[in-house]
Amino acid sequence: MTAHAPVSVAPEEARIVGKPRLRRFQQASWDEKLIFELGSPGERGVLVPSADPSLERPAIPAALRRAEPPALPEMSQQQVLRHYLRLSQETLGADLNIDVGQGTCTMKYSPKVNDQFVRDPRIASLHPLQDEDTVQGVLGIIHSLEQLLKEISGMDRVSLQPGAGSAAIYTNVAMIRAHFAARGELEQRDEIITTIFSHPSNAACAKTAGFKVITLHPDPDGYPDIEALRAAVGPRTAALLITNPEDTGIYNPRIEEFVRIVHEAGGLCSYDQANANGILGITRARDAGFDLCHFNLHKTFSTPHACGGPAAGACAVTEELAPYLPRPTVEFDPESGTYRLDDDRPESVGKMRPFYGVVPNLVRAYAWIMSLGAEGLRAAAETAVLNNNYLLHKVRQIPGVSVPYAAGRPRVEQVRYSWQKLHEDTGLHSEDIGLRAADFGTHYWTSHHPYVVPEPMTLEPTESYTRADLDEYAAILAEIAREAYEDPETVRTAPHRSTIHRVRPQALDDPAVWAVSWRAYRRKVLGEAGRR
Amino acid sequence: MTRVGLVVNPVAGLGGRVGLGGTDGPDRARTALSLGARPLAGARAAAALGELAARAGEPARDELLVVTAAGPLGAESAAAAGLTERIVYAAGTGRDTSAADTAAAVRAVVAEGVGLLLFAGGDGTARDVLGALGDVPCPVLGVPTGVKMHSAVFAVSPRAAGEVAAAWLARTGRVRVRDAEVMDRDEDALGEGRVTSRLFGWLPVPDVPVRVQQRKTGSSAALPEAVGGIAAEAAERVGAGLLVLGPGSTTRAVAAALGADVSLTGVDVLALRPGHPPRVVARDAGEDALLALGPAWIALSPIGGQGFLLGRGNQQISPRVLRAAGGRERLLVLCTETKLAALGGRPLLLDTGDDALDAELSGHLPVITGRRRTSLYRLAM
Repeated sequence: MTAHAPVSVAPEEARIVGKPRLRRFQQASWDEKLIFELGSPGERGVLVPSADPSLERPAIPAALRRAEPPALPEMSQQQVLRHYLRLSQETLGADLNIDVGQGTCTMKYSPKVNDQFVRDPRIASLHPLQDEDTVQGVLGIIHSLEQLLKEISGMDRVSLQPGAGSAAIYTNVAMIRAHFAARGELEQRDEIITTIFSHPSNAACAKTAGFKVITLHPDPDGYPDIEALRAAVGPRTAALLITNPEDTGIYNPRIEEFVRIVHEAGGLCSYDQANANGILGITRARDAGFDLCHFNLHKTFSTPHACGGPAAGACAVTEELAPYLPRPTVEFDPESGTYRLDDDRPESVGKMRPFYGVVPNLVRAYAWIMSLGAEGLRAAAETAVLNNNYLLHKVRQIPGVSVPYAAGRPRVEQVRYSWQKLHEDTGLHSEDIGLRAADFGTHYWTSHHPYVVPEPMTLEPTESYTRADLDEYAAILAEIAREAYEDPETVRTAPHRSTIHRVRPQALDDPAVWAVSWRAYRRKVLGEAGRR
Repeated sequence: MTRVGLVVNPVAGLGGRVGLGGTDGPDRARTALSLGARPLAGARAAAALGELAARAGEPARDELLVVTAAGPLGAESAAAAGLTERIVYAAGTGRDTSAADTAAAVRAVVAEGVGLLLFAGGDGTARDVLGALGDVPCPVLGVPTGVKMHSAVFAVSPRAAGEVAAAWLARTGRVRVRDAEVMDRDEDALGEGRVTSRLFGWLPVPDVPVRVQQRKTGSSAALPEAVGGIAAEAAERVGAGLLVLGPGSTTRAVAAALGADVSLTGVDVLALRPGHPPRVVARDAGEDALLALGPAWIALSPIGGQGFLLGRGNQQISPRVLRAAGGRERLLVLCTETKLAALGGRPLLLDTGDDALDAELSGHLPVITGRRRTSLYRLAM
């Protein structure tokens, strides 16, 4: 984003294009215990002065008070600080590595100043139950962000209430249901169409809302199958829920045709724009004819996925569907110049979550858009697409890699690659390669849903990474592929220079084994009996 | 000690390189050898064992015991992979082995109690294993070395077989067995000039979906629920009426989910009525019996890894039966999303022997993938 064209390119070019150096990375390993195993009874971080006994007035009713104090760790401040610093050194954070391997998550750099805004007491100390007269500032931010997203999507109204992308998709499905219920067509229109490479949340939300789901598979060219769509639509069609570009990075070249076919059958069209990072300022959902769309603010608009949350979703709809938006809406009264919350919306689908949205993420998104402006958004999208196709050009030359579906065509902002050939040649899996990458100070992870592409790898470089970063990342993959063919054992047993050797997946996906609390850990892992 | 069984059909695959369709029977094997074919099965079995040993690692590798038959029937492969073997069977006539040797070796190996039986061969060998195993509940996995491999009991490569074996023997994570189809070319049909295959039964195979993906959360664990959803959806479509169930592991699981006890490899007919358990109207029905039914729904699932929907293992559901039932409108294609995805975008295949009917059935058809869930998928000739 900040690169300027050098005046004289020749020497610079030579320096940048030179073979990237592979890092001799070695991660810290502190062998640190869990915090519950640290400290000692009576140890304290802060000594709170005790109040005069005559002033003690229990605020909590006796019936609600614990008989015994909770089993919390007892530690001094320094021990706590040291504990978490050690853990942070054992972590490969987004600010520490070339995080292009967390494809589907749009791991762009989130400017630190945006976090300062969020931590400012004027945001951080707000309470959601405050009277609206006292929160005019944040209501103003929400209202302004809605106006910006109207412009970005081309839609007429926006709600920022959903707490995540899937919540936004569900909100859109709920509005589709309300729309057909109001027209008395809900019984007839009980089918929702989606594609296999749309985010699985679309099918899941449609089913949760009571619709039948029809999934379209790619045509022989690798694009969403328009003949299948023609066979699927009819008087039962309620809506099309479609992600575009898909997580494969493929942009549906017939997206307007898809919308037209569904509209002609009387259905609505909802655009999953979780992958909007490559099309900001270039195409708009409304211009393609869609009736609804949603954005993942935590992906495209800064706040990159944090540590799995919090997220924030935005729904945008046409005027016709506006009455069904979640309540309350934020309204601006130009006469008094004040904002107010409108809860009196009888046709609304109701609340998607308490209060008015995940405010910290809304503030970051607002700051990010305002700092870039319209031209900056388009530049971000163009840079993200350029970065992606540059990386694609380099990665597809690595032995053992292929790019399934729509072969030879460019991709938008991410690519789902396949290591199938390398797997057949060496027996190694995509997961082995991702783990070996940790020995070079980076990684790629396992979000390739639905698992249709064999031995998948999804890379999404965003606009944040430099050419040198992308060269380094590609060189790491090329080195691992070379090792896979010449010295597969090194890859199979990787990582060797990372804190943790191999994570057993059951700890994450088997309810019988996973332990997400200290109490569960003692019961399931340490085998201590009698603990709930 | 961890015991793994190994039975190699040393002549499997001989016919392939020299243009013989297969190597079933001693005459073909001798012909193949005289044409210059070189045995491959033993080396491929050794490659599978080598992968198993590499994945087991130290010290588990030293704890591996290969229970096998003498010489080319397995012991040579175990030795080539550097593993300890125990020989429990020896063929009488050196390298001139037969199907009877395969069967005898299988029986001797499983009698020793092994955690998994690996066999190296093709469809013919898979049938011999199926016959010899009988009701013994021993998990089996094929190391692909044959000419014809329509069966779904084979790993995608010898190396993959070793990997699956390692995962099964180590039992990390959720490894279950699934019933995989044993198919072979239909020699009767071949005599009539038709190339087609028949379903002979199922073998329990470790369910490690390495070909599709490595770590899809709960994919195999989710299978029974998916089948339950498919069964409920199919039952609702039929309402009160007759449901013809083609052979296939999905249709069989659907029948079980509906509470019906059906035959293993045949075509069965259920009478469904909402609120009542299904009644089995016919077991192992032939074409004539199906034609006598009158209007009925026909439930099919793709067979094996090839994606054949009609014309492989279900010839009883003939063009006449399909037309009498009502054609396309009465077809219920049942398939889990996982199995459909494993086709990698290839269409479901039709080969009824009646080109006009195949053309009529071709095109997009809703495949039932769960409760209130379908995928529009291509059927092609």
